Amino acid sequence: MLKWAQTNLSRRRLLGGSIATIGASAICSSTGSAQEAHGNHGGPAPNADAAASAHRSAHGAMMTVGTVDSARNGFDPTAMLTDWYTGVVSELPDGRKQRSFEITVEEKEIEIAPGVMFPAWTYNGRVPGPALRATEGDRLKITLKNNGSHPHSLHFHGIHSARMDGVPGAGVIDPGEEFVYEFDAKPFGCHLYHCHALPLTRHLHKGMYGLFVIDPDPARHPEHADVAQSRLLGSPENANWQELAMVMNAFDTNFDGENEFYACNTIAHCYAKEPIRIARERPVRIYLVNITEFDPINSFHLHANFFDYYDQGTTLTPTLKTVDLIMQCQAQRGILEFTFKEHEPGLYMFHAHQSEFTELGWMGMFDVRETVS
Amino acid sequence: MMHKPVNVTQPRAPASLRLSHWLWLLVPIAVLAMAIVWLFQANPLQSFNNGAPPVENLTIERTILDHNGLQLLVRAGGSDPMMIAQVQVDDAYWEFQQNPQGRIARGETAWISLPFPWVLGETHKVNFVTNTGATFEHEIAVAVPTPVATSSSLWSQAVLGAFVGILPVAIGLMCYPALRGAGPGTMTFLLAMTVGLLAFLLIDTLVEALEFAAKSAAIFQGSAMVVLVTMASFLVLMGIGRRHGTPTGLALATYIALGIGLHNFGEGLAIGAAFTAGAAGLGTFLVLGFTLHNITEGIGIAAPILRKTPTLAAFAGLTLLAGGPAVIGIWLGSLAYAPQWTAIALAIGAGAIAQVIIEVSALIVRSRSAGISALLAPSTFGGLAAGASFMYITAMLVKI
Repeated sequence: MLKWAQTNLSRRRLLGGSIATIGASAICSSTGSAQEAHGNHGGPAPNADAAASAHRSAHGAMMTVGTVDSARNGFDPTAMLTDWYTGVVSELPDGRKQRSFEITVEEKEIEIAPGVMFPAWTYNGRVPGPALRATEGDRLKITLKNNGSHPHSLHFHGIHSARMDGVPGAGVIDPGEEFVYEFDAKPFGCHLYHCHALPLTRHLHKGMYGLFVIDPDPARHPEHADVAQSRLLGSPENANWQELAMVMNAFDTNFDGENEFYACNTIAHCYAKEPIRIARERPVRIYLVNITEFDPINSFHLHANFFDYYDQGTTLTPTLKTVDLIMQCQAQRGILEFTFKEHEPGLYMFHAHQSEFTELGWMGMFDVRETVS
Repeated sequence: MMHKPVNVTQPRAPASLRLSHWLWLLVPIAVLAMAIVWLFQANPLQSFNNGAPPVENLTIERTILDHNGLQLLVRAGGSDPMMIAQVQVDDAYWEFQQNPQGRIARGETAWISLPFPWVLGETHKVNFVTNTGATFEHEIAVAVPTPVATSSSLWSQAVLGAFVGILPVAIGLMCYPALRGAGPGTMTFLLAMTVGLLAFLLIDTLVEALEFAAKSAAIFQGSAMVVLVTMASFLVLMGIGRRHGTPTGLALATYIALGIGLHNFGEGLAIGAAFTAGAAGLGTFLVLGFTLHNITEGIGIAAPILRKTPTLAAFAGLTLLAGGPAVIGIWLGSLAYAPQWTAIALAIGAGAIAQVIIEVSALIVRSRSAGISALLAPSTFGGLAAGASFMYITAMLVKI
């Protein structure tokens, strides 16, 4: 006999269906008082009187609660933005530079959002893995040590031989084993590496990926030598740029094939709570890669500004000029260049322009200042 | 002291002997204590620790929507204390407050409040993310403000309760004068009809109780709880009812009224809960259906007293006993609701209904002085069928 009551718990039919009757207003005045109460409530965020910190003024109470313990994680998303792993440089007999990198696979519980632990598989204890950076033409020697409990590999998006591809049968190594990947750094651009052991989805979404940036050699690009020079890490021209390494990723914490948390550099809302400081006068360059699992695309939208975009970073002239939004499918990446020179100082938001991703953690702020100490 | 047969005629054992019996009880307690200490100290079950995360379970027992946003009462049911790390509403993370803070121990509850600007009449999904990344989803099917206990809302709920509980019983009892002259055949028919409608109510109540039990936290073991409470309520009422022999007349009518009243209480809880959960679209037609459906309850109460001459006050008392709990149920259900309480209330009602089924059947058997075969006589059988089918058919009016 109570069926009607229970059915209503899961269906909305009665609400519409009973309009023809005198219904709620006649029998029960609670609906009447309901609308009253609701009227009070339609305005701005209910706790508008709460202390308005930087991120709250922009996003109100729609935010994860608390802070992530970066010390326990062993990596800090803000430090990660500018933390390039350039390897150990030595000279080869033929005069070329050789860069040696060491990467260790480590299984590790990481805190991907305040209070939420995720059993990750990491390269060098961090997610994303170290942002490797080399110069076009360098000889690269990357040693992978597998301290995990599953087979793993490094699969580079670059030009190399089949033997160095990091796929099953060519560089996927068992626990306890070691492998050295050797190839030349080419083509220049903004690339990535990731594990190519199977099943791919699981290995990617557990955190086995990272940026792999090859700077152009100015000597090889006389027509755009100045541009190449500005991209070459270590050059004085490059030092004027504010370069940021950003990996768009996500985590499916309950393993149901849908992500619970989206982020840029792993920690949901990290740059919303700790905005990225930008000096107004100096240009900004972002090396951006999308490695989000389960969703076909991700995107990057910059507020109140436009940027030039170099898809995959393999050109020295922009592939898209003056846009404020780009889309990347999985493993797609590129370079964004923009400046706040003409802007007044303040907080400028950036986020995926899929609202769902934004509201599940993938949004942040640039804190544009006159000077950055 | 179970090992020694107790003989009341035997002189009491000397004090020293009784003491030694108590001392013997220390042995099993000591063994248990040692086992516990060993389990914690030596951790012999360590080999079962396969690295799997703890089992987690979260039941959402109450949802309150008001101008501050959402408040949800959650009960933890994991193998370890649980930590709610983040809360999503409609796929967005919202700042929330938990009271009390920290981990929620097994079986404990906590209030989660979010300043979420919900939208009237629409559906919202709340998703709790624990520190292990597990998620527990709760749907607010229709967002309406949770009723608060103002005098006007209590009054309108009382009017509704009167319509579905008190009025039909009163109307049914008003048939009393007309039925008074009934012959033995009609009498049997009416009593059998009472049994029929009670049988319908018993099944209905049990099914509802089990459904509510299924929604309650696992720690309450819903199904077992419903069955045990039903049996306990049945036995207690049987025991009370038969203290002075089989109840008849006004006493039996009172028990029928009590059983129906407990049923109506559970029903009231569910109606109140439905208001809280957003099922506020209760139409006139539906209320009339309820009224019609419950009229037979009044006739059932009247049946055992047709040969007596109860006072008018007795009629008023019976009406309030059977119908009044609907009002109280609606009040409680809309203000403080958790599925296990509704399940318990319904289970008590089921036990009470089972008791009156037995007693009214006994009355039929006695009045016909034809033994158990009285239950198979055409008038009895006709009454049973009429009662059950009337309830079934009128229930169609209120099934959605």
